[in-house]
Amino acid sequence: MDIFIQQIINGLVLGSMYALIALGYTMVYGVLNLINFAHGDILMVGAMVGLSILKLVQQVAPDLPGIVKLIIAIVGAIPVCVIVSLLIERIAYRPLRNAPRLAPLITAIGVSILLQTFAMMIWGRSPLPFPQIMPSTPVNIAGALISPTQIMLLILALAAMIGLVLIVEKTKMGRAMRATAENPRIAGLMGVDANRVIIVTFAIGAALAAIAGVMWAANYSTAQFAMGFVPGLKAFSAAVLGGIGNIYGAMLGGILLGLIESLGAGYIGDLTGNFLGSNYQDIFAFIVLIIVLTLRPSGIMGERVADRA
Amino acid sequence: MALMTFDMKRNPQQARFSLLALLALMIIFPMIAQHFGNSWVRIMDMALLYIMLALGLNVVVGFAGLLDLGYIAFYAIGAYTAGLLASPQFAAVIESFINTYPAIGNFLVWLCGPQIVQNGIHLSLWLIVPISGVLAALFGALLGAPTLKLRGDYLAIVTLGFGEIIRIFMNNLNAPVNITNGPQGINLIDPIRVFGVSLAGEPGSGSMLKVFGMNLPSVNAYYYLFLVLCIFVIFFSSRLQDSRLGRAWVAIREDEIAAKAMGINTRNVKLLAFAMGASFGGVAGAMFGAFQGFVSPESFSLTESIAVLAMVVLGGIGHIPGVVLGGVILAALPEVLRHVVEPLQMAIFGKVWIDAEVLRQLLYGLAMVIIMLTRPAGLWPSPRHEDRPEVDHTKVGTTGEVKA
Amino acid sequence: MTQTLLKIRDVSKRFGGLQALNGVGITIERGQIYGLIGPNGAGKTTFFNVITGLYQPDTGSFELDGKPYSPSAPHEVAKAGIARTFQNIRLFGEMTVLENVMVGCHVRTKQNVFGAVFRHKAARDEEAAIRAKSQQLLDFVGIGQFAKRTARHLSYGDQRRLEIARALATDPQLLALDEPAAGMNATEKLALRELLVKIQAEGKTILLIEHDVKLMMGLCNRITVLDYGKPIAEGVPADVQKNPAVIEAYLGAGH
Repeated sequence: MDIFIQQIINGLVLGSMYALIALGYTMVYGVLNLINFAHGDILMVGAMVGLSILKLVQQVAPDLPGIVKLIIAIVGAIPVCVIVSLLIERIAYRPLRNAPRLAPLITAIGVSILLQTFAMMIWGRSPLPFPQIMPSTPVNIAGALISPTQIMLLILALAAMIGLVLIVEKTKMGRAMRATAENPRIAGLMGVDANRVIIVTFAIGAALAAIAGVMWAANYSTAQFAMGFVPGLKAFSAAVLGGIGNIYGAMLGGILLGLIESLGAGYIGDLTGNFLGSNYQDIFAFIVLIIVLTLRPSGIMGERVADRA
Repeated sequence: MALMTFDMKRNPQQARFSLLALLALMIIFPMIAQHFGNSWVRIMDMALLYIMLALGLNVVVGFAGLLDLGYIAFYAIGAYTAGLLASPQFAAVIESFINTYPAIGNFLVWLCGPQIVQNGIHLSLWLIVPISGVLAALFGALLGAPTLKLRGDYLAIVTLGFGEIIRIFMNNLNAPVNITNGPQGINLIDPIRVFGVSLAGEPGSGSMLKVFGMNLPSVNAYYYLFLVLCIFVIFFSSRLQDSRLGRAWVAIREDEIAAKAMGINTRNVKLLAFAMGASFGGVAGAMFGAFQGFVSPESFSLTESIAVLAMVVLGGIGHIPGVVLGGVILAALPEVLRHVVEPLQMAIFGKVWIDAEVLRQLLYGLAMVIIMLTRPAGLWPSPRHEDRPEVDHTKVGTTGEVKA
Repeated sequence: MTQTLLKIRDVSKRFGGLQALNGVGITIERGQIYGLIGPNGAGKTTFFNVITGLYQPDTGSFELDGKPYSPSAPHEVAKAGIARTFQNIRLFGEMTVLENVMVGCHVRTKQNVFGAVFRHKAARDEEAAIRAKSQQLLDFVGIGQFAKRTARHLSYGDQRRLEIARALATDPQLLALDEPAAGMNATEKLALRELLVKIQAEGKTILLIEHDVKLMMGLCNRITVLDYGKPIAEGVPADVQKNPAVIEAYLGAGH
């Protein structure tokens, strides 16, 4: 029973990060019908920038409480990620809005590589250690352990998701976003500036990814130029699982995928007679993706769209 | 390119001449390059393998329009086929089975006999090539099957997932039973033997072969072998392109619903595209394994899949000469630049800011972004055979979506 | 070869809350030009999509040339002998005009990978036959001179002809045309009418959806009228024209 609760907690922590990243994918997909392949690398940018800021803060004000330093790092990383994300939208995606769908996907892949390359040039190739600035004594919950970093992660993720829901449901911009996601042309006819909506969408997604990035690096105590690719892919699978284009789907999908991965890694040894071990953890996300796309492509919360030939 | 043209349809005479001229150039190249050391020919050896990969991916992406981001998996399958069937590894596999699953282990011992249990399997080139091709083709169809109903971008992500799954398995199938030897990979892979002559050269000769009384460096020997294989792949691809099957692929790419309405069994035709493309990758992989002498999972990452895609995109999706050009540029250029750029940086800055790896990545990323934004058909797209200048009637009556 | 070519009975299709088709059936005799008309949204294209395998019907029986066929997949339908064109032209835009028609020949030919690569005599002969037949069909519909042009560069009217040529290449027993005259002016419609009569004279049977009532009345041997997914009239054009239910459907009650 111990391992079960531990895996649940691990799963929730992992899932919250996936949820934050998945939101970025799903929102962009909702308005642009584009898989922003480079989104995972925005996570990486957030982590690396956060790390650099953290190191600076460590030098300048080493006596600040850990939590404050982390918050500063996040607050510093967010604008950088937003700017990078907006630049990408402007330079690489906007010119291809009317191109056949594969073109922006290929461009996105190219952008992803470029981001990683620049990160490689700036921060080097080897993984960098992320300092342990939160207190390291874990909290004991029903026999399972959770670190203060992880608690902070959960709180931040929850706060961010609530914030997003408030924006989308209660503000004028949120209404505009929902309208554009449903039908950009008609939204345009109603006076919604599609470009502004798209910019806001990218910006929010980038901000969420920045938070996820810094917390990911803090949780695993390491950051590296290639760190964004796998989480990005998995978060995309989470978005599809929950129903691409649907914000609540992204949140649900993220948490679910985190749990599936965690429980899967924990129990796969038992399930397969020790033929497969927890080192196969990464394939769960892909298997989930394939199953969802084959059996129920609209995901858990997606609408069943009738195919009109 | 008025001097050289490969457009058989418009100008067969000149096209044939250009092909022969190019062939002559390719044959002479190693003889000249070896005066500058082995590395240039070695670079071309790898470039030829990449060209084969790019041509294989071209069948899937260029002809049929299916964006496969996990293509390198077939390269891996071919390479590991060579690894298992042309090295001592299989002996280790059997031993591992005996230790963990004795029933299967003993069955294998009975099946294979003492020679293999001791030394592993060592098949010859003439068997490895077809086996790796067929095995890769089978996997191609297998991995393609779940993607048949998916739309372009989803298909890309799912194939990417498959590529990663294959790599993860290669990386982890060393426990509980050792098949792929995990992250260490398989080494001591036999070099290719053609008519009894090992292309790695006789032991102790410094990688030199004796051919017709002349000394031939090993890298040159491999060069000619890969060149021949490349020519085969080019030949196969162009024959496929200009055929009933090739037309079916383009039809599916252009409008799948219309293709179905015209009687094309899109499921089978797509599977065929995956299988054919994969088989080229598998053959190239087997050659890679034998050439390098060892294979390990890190050679088969997503970065490699993307590299091959970049070659196809840069050169000219769907256009065989363009794809070859893309392969040459993106495979050879980074290496060439390394010989130039690194010393240059040392001379100017005293340290290397941008090393070869970074340069390679930069080129791939830039190639894809810049081409898609400025010249999406690639550097060398298919020539048009219109009998009148391009007048864009696309505003009137385009092939649009069928509305209700 | 039966006299009745197509016998469809009792087709129903529901999309969520919308009953798009409700008990629709038609019987087409060999060599007829059969028309399907009705106001917008009556379900004509939906019916087309069902009988050609693009949509799966909820109910219905389907018989072609006396033999039941299952419209489960579009390519099976084409193989069975029904070829169609689309309301919003679906050509293979980047292929040449000739190649478009050559794709139409796919279903009746059989060379595969082996033939493609080795080009033995049988394969070469088949390719030559495909090419010849395609050019012939292009000439037949009147755009033979555009064989080498890229399909999307054709004028609108010519693109429609190309789509018809491509459908004819599949050697169909029934040619199903979805609004072939849409967007055409009077001259073009006249030319289309001539082409359709020519095709009928070759012994083909045609099923036709159209909005241009005058064109239909002059061209079709029999007509079914759909409204809100239900057949409301069936018969020779003269009778259908006078049918009060039909008049009400088009012009509203009280006419």
